[in-house]
Amino acid sequence: MQKLVPSSLSRRDLLAASTASLTGAVLAQAEDASPEETAHADAGTAMRPPIRAQVSFTVNDRPRELDLDTRTTLLDALREHLHLTGTKKGCDHGQCGACTVLVGGVRINSCLTLAVMHQGDAIITIEGLGTPENMHRMQTAFVKHDGYQCGYCTPGQICSAVAVIGEIEAGIPSHVTPDLTGTPELVAEEIRERMSGNICRCGAYSNIVDAITEVAGSRA
Amino acid sequence: MKFDRPATQNPIDRLKVVGQPLDRIDGPLKTTGTAPYAYEHHDVVADAAYGWTIGAGIAIGRITRMDLAEAERAPGVIAIVTADNAGLLGKGDHNTVRLLGGPDVQHYHQAVALVIAESFEQARAAAGLVKIDYAAEPGVFDLTAAKGSAIAPEPNELTGPVDTRIGDFAAAFAEAPVTLDATYTTPDHSHAMMEPHATLAAWEGDRLTVWTSNQMIAWATADLAKTLGIAPENVRVVSPFIGGGFGGKLFLRADVLLAALGARAARRPVKVALQRPLIANNTTHRPATIQRIRIGARRDGTITAIGHESWSGDQPGGGLETAVSQTRLLYAGANRMTAMRLAELHLPEGNAMRAPGEAPGMMALEIAMDEVAEKLEIDPVEFRIINDTSVDPENPERPFSARALAECLRQGAERFGWNRRDPRPGRTRDGRWLIGMGVAAAFRNNLLITSGARVRLDGTGQVTVETDMTDIGTGSYTIIAQTAAEMMGVPVERVTVRLGDSDFPVSAGSGGQFGANNSTAGVYAACVKLREEIARRLGFNSEAAEFENGEVRSGNRAMPIAAAAAEGDIVAEDKIEYGDLSERYQQSTFGGHFVEVGVDIATGEARIRRMLAVCAAGRILNPKSARSQVIGAMTMGAGAALMEELAVDTRRGFFVNHDLAGYEVPVHADIPHQDVIFVDETDPMSSPMKAKGVGELGICGVAAAVANAVYNATGVRVRDYPITLDKYLDRLPDVA
Amino acid sequence: MTPFTYERAGSPAEAAAAAARTPGARFIAGGTNLLDLMKLQIETPAHLIDVNGLALDTIEATKDGGLRIGALVRNTALAADRRVRRDYALLSRALLAGASGQLRNKATTAGNLLQRTRCPYFYDTVQPCNKRRPGSGCAAIGGVSRQLAIIGTSEACIATHPSDMAVALRALDASVETVQADGAPRRIPLAEFHRLPGDTPHIETVLEPGELITAVRLPKPVGGRHIYRKVRDRASYAFALVSIGAILHEDGSGQVALGGVAHKPWRVEAAEAELPRGAKAAAEQILAGARPSRDNAFKITLVERTLAAVLAEARG
Repeated sequence: MQKLVPSSLSRRDLLAASTASLTGAVLAQAEDASPEETAHADAGTAMRPPIRAQVSFTVNDRPRELDLDTRTTLLDALREHLHLTGTKKGCDHGQCGACTVLVGGVRINSCLTLAVMHQGDAIITIEGLGTPENMHRMQTAFVKHDGYQCGYCTPGQICSAVAVIGEIEAGIPSHVTPDLTGTPELVAEEIRERMSGNICRCGAYSNIVDAITEVAGSRA
Repeated sequence: MKFDRPATQNPIDRLKVVGQPLDRIDGPLKTTGTAPYAYEHHDVVADAAYGWTIGAGIAIGRITRMDLAEAERAPGVIAIVTADNAGLLGKGDHNTVRLLGGPDVQHYHQAVALVIAESFEQARAAAGLVKIDYAAEPGVFDLTAAKGSAIAPEPNELTGPVDTRIGDFAAAFAEAPVTLDATYTTPDHSHAMMEPHATLAAWEGDRLTVWTSNQMIAWATADLAKTLGIAPENVRVVSPFIGGGFGGKLFLRADVLLAALGARAARRPVKVALQRPLIANNTTHRPATIQRIRIGARRDGTITAIGHESWSGDQPGGGLETAVSQTRLLYAGANRMTAMRLAELHLPEGNAMRAPGEAPGMMALEIAMDEVAEKLEIDPVEFRIINDTSVDPENPERPFSARALAECLRQGAERFGWNRRDPRPGRTRDGRWLIGMGVAAAFRNNLLITSGARVRLDGTGQVTVETDMTDIGTGSYTIIAQTAAEMMGVPVERVTVRLGDSDFPVSAGSGGQFGANNSTAGVYAACVKLREEIARRLGFNSEAAEFENGEVRSGNRAMPIAAAAAEGDIVAEDKIEYGDLSERYQQSTFGGHFVEVGVDIATGEARIRRMLAVCAAGRILNPKSARSQVIGAMTMGAGAALMEELAVDTRRGFFVNHDLAGYEVPVHADIPHQDVIFVDETDPMSSPMKAKGVGELGICGVAAAVANAVYNATGVRVRDYPITLDKYLDRLPDVA
Repeated sequence: MTPFTYERAGSPAEAAAAAARTPGARFIAGGTNLLDLMKLQIETPAHLIDVNGLALDTIEATKDGGLRIGALVRNTALAADRRVRRDYALLSRALLAGASGQLRNKATTAGNLLQRTRCPYFYDTVQPCNKRRPGSGCAAIGGVSRQLAIIGTSEACIATHPSDMAVALRALDASVETVQADGAPRRIPLAEFHRLPGDTPHIETVLEPGELITAVRLPKPVGGRHIYRKVRDRASYAFALVSIGAILHEDGSGQVALGGVAHKPWRVEAAEAELPRGAKAAAEQILAGARPSRDNAFKITLVERTLAAVLAEARG
């Protein structure tokens, strides 16, 4: 079996690696690193064969069982393994929101979570909200209000929008809620703040807020 | 079809479909996640391997050693492409810098290797095992420092003359009773489109197909063939959906080349998406500018002298940011000069971003106009109207084809409540907020470019349009369907539009706000041919035949158009080509931007409260999607005003904030409800569609309107974008 | 991201023991920062211990009238908790000013405390960074440093701690409960939890090897006006240029902590005596000894002005 960590590390260092501070690989490089050299992982660890794990969850109410490299994010499991490409990869680092999906009814960035951490979860993606022939009313409202342009952030916006209405109805406050002890209202300012984790570079924000407001209003 | 005389009455003027605010026909696909983007073609290519791009770790210098041994042995690795093993590569006509670097490195994060593996995870991990040593060389990374060494480059079609002189600017400026001489700076900007540059490449023998994300299919096809040294007819480029471009996907980029090389090396299809942290430095950006503007005016507000100089930088062999271009056309004034200078920098390649030239140029010019208006004690709306012109100020023989600048400004002022603005800065408060209003003109030229299309009628009466035109969010699918429906007299549901494929006729493509007018004019031309053939087959005189309700009609006789294709599909292909109307008439689009901001009196945070744009851009083909183009451009302009800046490390030569956390673009909370008004206008000089571009007009001027509003709120004039609080905090009123 | 084995832990003690036993192990809960850094190979754990199954996701009242917040309570749940909103509004406000709705839904209380700096040179793995690669140097010093620290810095590092929540917890005199590798519990005042960079910027907290955070403890409510003011270029989904977490009482006394200025939430208790004398006096003491760069010198003015606004809001 290949060694898992460099031999130069002391036991204390190995243990420290399990806290927030540093990793074995990083420390090992310190001795011979030159600033001009591309950072690279410790060969011993990186040369390990992929470690696979089984995970089962439902996606859009359909049970799925996957045998995955543990490194696979939920986003890549959806796009590359289940071919559910409606969920988009915009940044892969939690900076744009294009990968937003609903897990157990809660919106999250699917790029910053491992697929294997979702054993037993119920996942809803844009494909589960509606189809071109049978659209969710949020999807219909986005078309009506032209709440998109290039379409790439759109599935994430729509998943987020559906969840935002639920979050407001559940009384979860936001940064702009005037009174923390009160109940947040379904108003444009609240929608804008709560949707701010979904970047739209085409700049469809004003229309997106109109679409969400229409759907929220029809529920009230 | 040659368009060389002003358009007269034609079937588009019926406006039964064209001009209507139809929902986008691709909306149901985009909103359900079923529109396929470049990385998502699992249905056509089942077994793609995954590529991971390695970017150079220095700005300029050489790779002295590249050790691939460990990476090649890593689990799942199929091949590694580097300049060493890629074979002889050319360079595309539209690229300044090579797309695959090594051993020479021309800029930070220039691609130097592609690691291909069975899985994404394996490719990424193996890339971490590639060891590269560099010998860095000193480079020039600071525009301000390099300004003195900037030269006047050879002019070309894109730049126009680098120096212009009309009358005697120096004398008129010296004599003017009211003058402004101020210097403004705009930073490097990143397109930051949401879909990363991505390509899936597959070879079949000598033939290469790439599914990619590109605005200009014909450019990509030619440049890919040239770079690989293969025949263009052996290259097919497919790009039906594009997750944003803004100029960043005008050109062949590293993802396409690397995927093609990777697929050749791996002997199987390979897909590559540039990792987000690479994009800002690996691809192109809008170059920073330093702009000096001098304006001299009489006390009555008449401009007598106007001068605009701009300095920008680029890689060796690169080009100018043409920030002075609008100043040659926007305002009257007998004595004028412009100059552009280019410094050699070793930052990543500068190139077009939404409204190149005018976007940064208007950021400066329209602050300058505000400053002069204040010195004259003339309302800034009026000051602009006083200096309106109906002719090209450099060539009074040459009128504008249409110019509704004054109307845009007047209507905007009325709608925005401009008369409520206190011209004295720093006087309006709303709680903790200092309130200000700002105005700016909007200006962007209209460009005419040959554009082709193919139209097919089948026996069911379905009309199919094929063109290599792209839809980057602009609404091309929809306006092309509207055009064909109007021309053929069928409902829009009876039109199928197929875009973004090099197998289709070459179109104008998407850029420079030229896509909508030219591509629909090309469809118009093909439809004229199809109408003629249908009329001929059904025995109508094509001159007299009317196409309506799925029928051809003349006098009392009517036949369903489908009957013409009963024996087989009818196909017509044509392109629109332009005569000298754009030389005889200056064709431009105009607008007025109105913005209200609040500036926190303590922290200096600036937040936009209201935005209005009034636009005159010829016939608006679809008011719904056109409005979206304008609000989107206003949003990008808001970013340019208040936050966007690629921060340059001038020691190490790269853009430091190279991801979407570091390079801040506006989020929902930054953008209020936006209003857009289109002035009723048709421009018969532009094309049979009588339309002009609008997608870039919306960004031109808006940042200056924000800047002027911040000044009106605070009384502090900031001439360096973005207008962030650190630049004026110490000049705000005392709050302690 | 290098290959790693993965296990789900059943109890805190089991998790701590597994961490002690397994070389290169890391705990993962929300994952929103750890996975981000693993993708860049800034973090390269050989083993992940998923602690999401541990029953550490409740907020309970303590005997002394405070709250005990489980390590795995998500940021959204913590901000929305009725007791927190009523008695520790500062904490709710700080949480809601951070990240995005999606990230707050996943991010945990413990993970938020342990998140690493957003210094762009730390994130760019080619650049020298003493925090990422000890001894390699600091590219941020003399580089683009508008966002970076102005106080408590060292020759080795000028990174900031990015958390909003931690700023509130510092002002609230919170403490951190842990279980150590040998199973022994420990309580660490938040004031002592994060370290200044010194010459070991890669060591960011006082956690011992294998030690697992189990809860954060809040003392009983102290009343007063709770204000969290975060200053940033864009209106949401951005890290702070400067933030101020304050609890202010009618007599003019109060507790004030700063974010965006240092390697840890910055609080100078001695300076709080100056609060009744106004923002300028207090800010001067809080930031005494600050060593800003040319890029971030504005933060000194910004802290003073923002504190003035916070004090005015508390009075008003």
